[in-house]
Amino acid sequence: MIRLAVAQIDTVLGNVDANLEKHLSRIDEAVQEKADLVIFPELSLTGYALQDLTSAVARPASAEDPTFKVLLEASRSVDILAGFVQLDSRNRFYNSAAYLSRGEFLHVHQKAYLPTYGLFDESRFFAWGDVIRAFDTPLGRLGVLICEDFWHASPPYLLWLDGADLLLFMSASPGRGLDTQEALESARWVEHVAQAYASLFTTFVTNVGRVGFEDGLGFWGGSVVFDPHGELVARGPYHEESLFVAELDPQQLHRARTRLPLLRDERTELVQRELKRIRHTRMPGPRGLGTLSE
Amino acid sequence: MTRDEIMLEINPALARKILTGFIQSETTRAGFDRAIVGLSGGVDSSLACTLAAEALGPENVMAVRMPYTTSSADSLEHAGLVIEKTGVQATTLAISDAVDVLLNGIPEDQKVRRGNIMARMRMIVLYDQSADFRGLVIGTGNKTEMLLGYTTQFGDAASAINPLGDLYKTQVRQLAVEMGIPEVILEKPPSADLWIGQTDEGELGFTYEEVDKLLYLLVDRRHSPDDCVDAGFDRKFVETVVELVRRNHFKRVMPPIAKLSNRTIGYDFLYMRDWGT
Repeated sequence: MIRLAVAQIDTVLGNVDANLEKHLSRIDEAVQEKADLVIFPELSLTGYALQDLTSAVARPASAEDPTFKVLLEASRSVDILAGFVQLDSRNRFYNSAAYLSRGEFLHVHQKAYLPTYGLFDESRFFAWGDVIRAFDTPLGRLGVLICEDFWHASPPYLLWLDGADLLLFMSASPGRGLDTQEALESARWVEHVAQAYASLFTTFVTNVGRVGFEDGLGFWGGSVVFDPHGELVARGPYHEESLFVAELDPQQLHRARTRLPLLRDERTELVQRELKRIRHTRMPGPRGLGTLSE
Repeated sequence: MTRDEIMLEINPALARKILTGFIQSETTRAGFDRAIVGLSGGVDSSLACTLAAEALGPENVMAVRMPYTTSSADSLEHAGLVIEKTGVQATTLAISDAVDVLLNGIPEDQKVRRGNIMARMRMIVLYDQSADFRGLVIGTGNKTEMLLGYTTQFGDAASAINPLGDLYKTQVRQLAVEMGIPEVILEKPPSADLWIGQTDEGELGFTYEEVDKLLYLLVDRRHSPDDCVDAGFDRKFVETVVELVRRNHFKRVMPPIAKLSNRTIGYDFLYMRDWGT
């Protein structure tokens, strides 16, 4: 059994020390709950709508960094996934997530899809990540994606093929779309998408959301955990802070993939061949985003 | 989507949760724990007052009634019902004397000019009360009136935070029902009460129900004016509303700053107001 603690928190905008303190208190709670892993939302150490604060809160993913020094020490008791602004050696800023375990960085994911439309303005402030990789941990092979990353079908797909049996999604989703239903439209979208990946990839999928406000933007929480059958294991409350623990039984992967051998039957050679053709004939250009050739 | 299919129904309990959270968060982060609401006895301000009372506790909310000589007696009485029901603190400060000094010499038929003076005088009173009570001024403007520009800039449009600005008038009513706003307030025709017999719908020339549906299609659903005509709205009505929205945009944004330096407020000096909190 994997005991996954989901820390659905509010953050202080641009105050890393205050956010670190909250992380440590939730990490303590997770340790008391005998969790194996505690996960935090997107940009959990900094807050979301940073704008011109981006460069001021950026830090390297390094054991020398005072914030990470503390978190790495805490990771000796429980694995930790937290969001931060990453400063690279060339002074670029990334919307990143660090997976820490037993005093080490096991993985840093740089958000590869930066929403820059509607109310989002991320690529104005952040550099684009360019790598999607699963990674090994004491809990098994995992994959991390940040919000817009999982609105594109390919990153979860790649992580699945790369061996991730637990997909960890981190979000800071401003609530929008008030209608007659119990949850906001934005909450329903994310839940549908996470559930769809769990079902299609017969894998564990969790999304950790944040709560609180940044000016008029209200973050809705509603963190979810789905099992490899696509069934809901646990859900956090909407619009309120919470720490809850979900028990994930790895044997469920065995049962789900016996029933539904989608992974066994996945035809990567076919995908690659067709993708190559599509890339060259229909979507040319530097990032594959060029105009249609037809 | 045709005109008759447009639904503006909301889950009022969810709106209530989000908006009380918003008022609580944005008030405390600005360094306050109290609020001021100008209470006219209409639906919008009654709702804003009730939300603020729920968010901050009624003892931390000051409702200010600001009648003018021509204000309807009902307004004062209806505001009283809300004060009683919510248990907020209350004060009544008539604006008649101060307004009359300024109205002296402005002809009776210049209603907009006279109405603006009243609206701005109320703003002055609210901001003065804000300093005295140590409370933030809670806005009462809704999405319909903001889009149409049916507000007085630096008057009723002035506030520190605005909980109702993303709800159309018909949605404000739904939330008001949820929050238990007295029936008599819900049922009377909406009015700015700046002169005798004034009603919003009479002055605008169309009903909130009609214009809310159109605005929803134009703004929320991003339909073109032609799409709206196809959906069943009268072309003249569509053109009037589109022009009102465009012409009044100045009321919804900060005044433009002429850019001279390399870093200019509003263009490339960008921070949320919640910066650091």
